[in-house]
This record gives sequence, C-alpha cells and structure tokens, in this order.
Amino acid sequence: MRVVGIETEYGITDPAHPGANPMLLSSQLVDACRQWAGDAATRWDYGGEDPLMDLRGMRRERRYATADLLTDSPEYSEANRGVTLRRRRGSWEDPAHLNAVLGNGARFYVDHAHPEYSGPEVSSARDAVVWDAAGDKIVCAAIEGFKADGGSIAVYKNNVDGKGASYGMHENYLVSRSIAFDELARRLTPHLVSRQVVVGAGRVGLGAYGERAGFQMSQRADYMEAEVGLETTLRRPIVNTRDEPHADRTKWRRLHIIIGDANSMEVPTYLKVGTTALILSAIEAGDERLDALVLADPVSEVSAVSHDVSMRHQLTLSSGETATALQMQRALLTIARDYVSDAEDAAVVAKWEDVLEELSRDIFSAAKNVEWVAKLQLFGRMRERYGSVDAEGAAVPAPWDDDRLKAADVQWSEVGVGLAWRLAAAGAVTRMTTDAEVDAAMVTPPATTRAWLRGRMVSMRPDVVDAAGWSTIVIDRDAEHGHLEVVNLPNPMATTHELLDQLLASPRTGVSDPRHD
Amino acid sequence: MPQTTSSTSPFEDDAPAPDAPVAPAAQSSTDALDSLLDEIDDTIQTNATQFVRSFVQKGGQ
Repeated sequence: MRVVGIETEYGITDPAHPGANPMLLSSQLVDACRQWAGDAATRWDYGGEDPLMDLRGMRRERRYATADLLTDSPEYSEANRGVTLRRRRGSWEDPAHLNAVLGNGARFYVDHAHPEYSGPEVSSARDAVVWDAAGDKIVCAAIEGFKADGGSIAVYKNNVDGKGASYGMHENYLVSRSIAFDELARRLTPHLVSRQVVVGAGRVGLGAYGERAGFQMSQRADYMEAEVGLETTLRRPIVNTRDEPHADRTKWRRLHIIIGDANSMEVPTYLKVGTTALILSAIEAGDERLDALVLADPVSEVSAVSHDVSMRHQLTLSSGETATALQMQRALLTIARDYVSDAEDAAVVAKWEDVLEELSRDIFSAAKNVEWVAKLQLFGRMRERYGSVDAEGAAVPAPWDDDRLKAADVQWSEVGVGLAWRLAAAGAVTRMTTDAEVDAAMVTPPATTRAWLRGRMVSMRPDVVDAAGWSTIVIDRDAEHGHLEVVNLPNPMATTHELLDQLLASPRTGVSDPRHD
Repeated sequence: MPQTTSSTSPFEDDAPAPDAPVAPAAQSSTDALDSLLDEIDDTIQTNATQFVRSFVQKGGQ
C-alpha cells in the first residue's frame, strides 16, 4: 500500500480546574511525554517545512496567512530553505511549540491548544491502526507521569466540544504528482462523503454548536464548509490543498484530508485508511468509473449523510441520478477490487464488504465494527434507562439533548479509559491489534518507511541527533566544519541511508546506555 | 486500466435500503452494555450537567 500517516489532535481538560489554560496543559503533557521517553526523544526540525505551498501550484505570501497557518514558526526563514548546514545549538524552546520526536518515529507536540500525535509513516492500513493505537498508549503513559507529579488531566480522542469548537484527525496519503489536483479532488470527494457510514465516530447533537437535539454519524460533518481549500481552521474544506509533501516534490504530493473523525475503535481506523488508499489507486490509474459518482453539491451532502442514521438519504449526483451512501460505497468497493495489489489490500476489501453487508442487513449487527453504530446502540440503551412514561403509560426515551447523553458522548472517547475502551475490554468491539504489538509500537518505528531511520536514530543515537523532521534528521557530532549536518530523506520509502546506517552501527558516545548495562 | 462500466447506473445490483434501526433492546451484547451502564450510572447521574458545561475546547485544525 502507499505511504500513509495519521495525525490526531486530542481534546484536553483539567477536571479539577475546568478553566485551565489548554496550551499550558498541552505543553505540560508533551513535557510529561518526554519524561516518559527519557533520552529517546528529540526536538522538531523546523528547517524543512513549507506549509504555505499550495497543492494547486500557487504560493501565498506569508503576510497574507493567518497566524495559525504558520506551523513552521518560529524558526522559519526564507534563507533556510535549501540550506543544508546550519548551527542552532542552544536555541530557545518555546513552550507553545514544545515537541517530542519519539523512538517510534512519531511526533508528539503542542498544536495550538491541543496535544497532537502525528504517527510515523506506515505502508499498510493495519500498521496505521497499530501506530495510532500506540499513540493513544503514549498519551496514557504521559498522563500517568503528569498525574504522578500531582496534576489533574483528561485527554479525549474526539473532534468537537458541543459549543462550536472542532479539532481534527488528519489523514495524509502519498500520491503521485502526475495526477491533476482538480481531478484528484473531484474523484475522491464522493468516497469522503459516503464513507461516513463506515467510519463515522458518532456524535450527540446536530449543528456546529449542537444547537439541535439528535444523533449523527460523524463528529466533523457539520464543520465542512468548502469543497477544496488551503485553510484548516476557517472554511474547512473536504479536500485540503496544502502542498507540503515532506518528500521529493517532483514525484509526490502529500494529500492532506481533514474531513475524517478521530476513531476510538480500530476497525474504523483500518477502513478509513485502507479504503481511501485503494480509491486513490483508482484515481492514479485514471479510472473513469469514478466520474459516475461525482456529487452535485458535496458540501451539503456531508451533513445530509451524517444526519440520517437510517441511511436512506438519497445523494444527488451531478448526472441527476440519486444514490444512498451505502449504494455509493458498494459502487466504490467494486471499483477498489480492481486495485488490490497484495494480501493486505485484499483483507481491507474483505472487511469493507463485511461491514457494508452488516449495515445493509441490520445496522446493529455492525456494532462491533462501526463506531457510530456502537455509540447509537449504547446510547439507545441509555435513553431507555433514563426515559419517562407519558400520560397513557407508554415509555418515552430520554431526549437526545439530555446532559447524560451529551456527557457520555464525550466520555466515550476519553483516551485509555473511555466507554469505547471499556467496551473493547469487554469484548464488544473488534480488535485489529494485540496489546503486545501496540506496546512494541510505542517504542519501535515501522520497518517499511523512513520512520525506521528516524525512530532508530532517536532511540539508539540520541547523543548525535539534534532534531528531526519528516524528511530531515539533523546530526550534531564532532566535525571539522563545526556545523550541524542535515540529512535529507526525500524518499518516504527509504529504510536505509549510508551515513545513518553507519551511525546506527556505531556505539553511542558520551553517556552510558542503561539498556546495555 | 479496468473497463468502464457499461451500465447507466452504477447501483443496479445493490441490496435494498436497510430497514429503520431496530430497537436496541432487541440486540445482542445486552450484558456488556448493561453492565457498563450500571458502572457509570452513579457518576453520570450526578455529574453530567456540570461535566458538559465545563467541557470547553479551543478550535483546532
């Protein structure tokens, strides 16, 4: 499968002090994560990023960007671009931009007012699940350390606060630069809109502020306002045009998708990544069957699909025909079958078909695999439990705007201890991973991408690693030139590098390694 | 490249639309759900309103 990475912005609160500053809390959590990691963590290398490069091929001048687009601050400078030698030892770390690049190749850091885990690059849907679950466990380890120091903190893997704020889970896919971006967006959007029936995390409340009572499939649906665009926090687009490939720009794009929900169950994460990667293969092959599925008005269909849990909503296609989201998913599955290239892909297609079959037959038969259905089932039971009896003696379920349901919706996703985790522990949720492999993935990088080099350098040679980014590792070692050395890794599939392999084969210097004592 | 479908509609061989969701009480895994709801009953009954009110996040990406 193609190279993929998942980023999760977690919700964060201090239960003992509800008004606590979320940036400070996030910074303290990243610091606790560094304590957990010991010396197997390094700083982020801001030298190689270029978030203002737009996939559509335009550059927006920095002075026109809103401050939150400048994720490469504070060390960005035009002069740094392309420069391979620089000296930065001892530079000041801004607590609002605290970072930890970890031994599993991931980046855990403060993004605005949220802690974010950007998983390492992986090359299978199953690995995406393993390293995503590892991120949740790293968060749990950081929480444990934070609490041991007397702090109070709770972290949530959701995307809304019910009061207007939304924060994201972003998928990144490496795609060939040979496809025109407009065609990519047009042919992918029907999948992104209809896949909600399979991968939605479920949400209590309708509208950006939860202003109407109800239950819907997706956390993010009511926050999508445009088809394509560069912004991620204003006028959020279904397909994001940020062109920051973190790779050889002449060969690849990094497609950045912000419409998805953060999932607290494993099958949705697996299908979210696996199905989308296959549709991207169909797009790369120029499969014109996808054109039959293009929607007349994708933005309004996002909410329309999400709000109709009966799945009967008819989406209007640009051809004038109509189809339900399930019918669209079946048509996409048929196309995807032709792009299965290995056993991993075949497993994705089989699981996708199973889940569509369950949803068609009786949605609650999909409760172990589909997160919004699992929620709907549990919360349906709560509505009966907290319901009332009307004048005729008939049972009336509790309304969807009951605070107990709203609270349960948030508590569903509390990392490590939420209702989703408790259902998994009770065997009511399908697992794609084992505890042992997730534990290993907390400290070990995927072996099939350049994350292998990054993670192993961070854990095995922290004595010479100054910083690391997605496509760079900055080496600080005794050298006559007196500069830092920036190793560029423009190929995301590279798992070897002459200098890095040589450093990895040599013992670390300066401090003794407790693992070898 | 795979053949383009000759059908005018890509949806002809589809299963019928699903029935409306059936009552959750009719479903399996009753025990796991009910025991979980029993576990959270006390806290959620007493703290839900305050919890919901204080769960406030800043917007992100």
